[in-house]
Amino acid sequence: MKTCLIVDDSKVIRKVARHILETLDFTVSEAVDGRDALTQCRASTPDVILLDWNMPVMSGIEFLRALGTEPLTHRPKVVFCTTENGMAHIRTAIEAGADEYVMKPFDRETLQSKLQIVGVA
Amino acid sequence: MHLPPRPGARPDRAGQAFARLLEARTGQRLAADRAWRVDTAIRPLLARMGLSHADELAARLTETRDTMLEERVVDALLNQETSFFRDAGVIEGAVEAVRLATAGRRPRIWSAACATGQEPLSLAMLFAEAGGPMPEITATDVSAGAIARARAGVYSQFEVQRGLPIRRLMRWFAGEGDRWTVATELTDAIAWYRHNLVADPMPGGGFDLILCRNVLFYLAPDLREQVLARLAKALRPDGLLLLGAGETVIGQSDLLVPSMRARGFYERVDRAAAASRRVYSRA
Repeated sequence: MKTCLIVDDSKVIRKVARHILETLDFTVSEAVDGRDALTQCRASTPDVILLDWNMPVMSGIEFLRALGTEPLTHRPKVVFCTTENGMAHIRTAIEAGADEYVMKPFDRETLQSKLQIVGVA
Repeated sequence: MHLPPRPGARPDRAGQAFARLLEARTGQRLAADRAWRVDTAIRPLLARMGLSHADELAARLTETRDTMLEERVVDALLNQETSFFRDAGVIEGAVEAVRLATAGRRPRIWSAACATGQEPLSLAMLFAEAGGPMPEITATDVSAGAIARARAGVYSQFEVQRGLPIRRLMRWFAGEGDRWTVATELTDAIAWYRHNLVADPMPGGGFDLILCRNVLFYLAPDLREQVLARLAKALRPDGLLLLGAGETVIGQSDLLVPSMRARGFYERVDRAAAASRRVYSRA
């Protein structure tokens, strides 16, 4: 089974994403902000990270930049999942190293499609 | 309380009238396991017209014989499910096969039953990104509404997140709120028009590739055979036909056979026979 780390400060979003990902046969873990996610990635690097942008402690973009400097066993795919739906934000995320980008709101088909595009579903 | 029909249930009288209209206009039949969906499909139209029940719409159709209204009902019933890069590997394979077969000249492609246009636009993106001559792409659908949407090239946030990689969204679309407009470089490269596969004359000129995916299985067997014969005629002698994943020509057409040079495609039987004669004459 593939592993996915959901990084989002919203409990509701984590719950919805977890439900969808579990129906897609992912083993899911959750982090409430970028710093929490970084700690979890050091302990066990997932196959893919579903990453919110705006979080209280470490933002998604800060996390992504920090992740690039970590000596991990493998580089996880990173899919931004955010309400920041403008082209400027998309460009910033991709230039920072994100593999894909989901604009909220999302549904099962959207998540599945994006995970297929990055090659983990 | 008005309960929705359960899956597998036969449509009521209004549903049967709508299904007859759909078949008369497009040749498409509502499969038994989809008949119950008439109610769901027609509901948004009822709401727009301020009607509370499908029977009222059926009665209005009978009374007025309003062809515009008939068209709106047919549009509501058509399955317009599609997405960018649907079966991405298949689409990429199609482009590669055409590029190989038409080296040095401008390919001609027909996306038949293209719904709201994501398939021909995906093809146009691949050709534009690969460089070389942009093919002449014809895109048609029986629904005037779908073709109007395709020509406008405006898609919802959900639609651009189905199959479309984010880098292609960045390259080919401009966003405003949750509406995304595809570059006119792509929409203008495609000739869009309404076309009924069953009734209208086929576009002429001979196509290197025809894509006709996920529509034939809605047709009755005799109509399917007729449409396949017409598609075969619309192909160049060495052209390729691509059907949906669950569709085949086997047992449906004497004019088309699985292609030996491009897996998953079909080609004209006369081309296949000529290729096979060339192999034997060399042996």
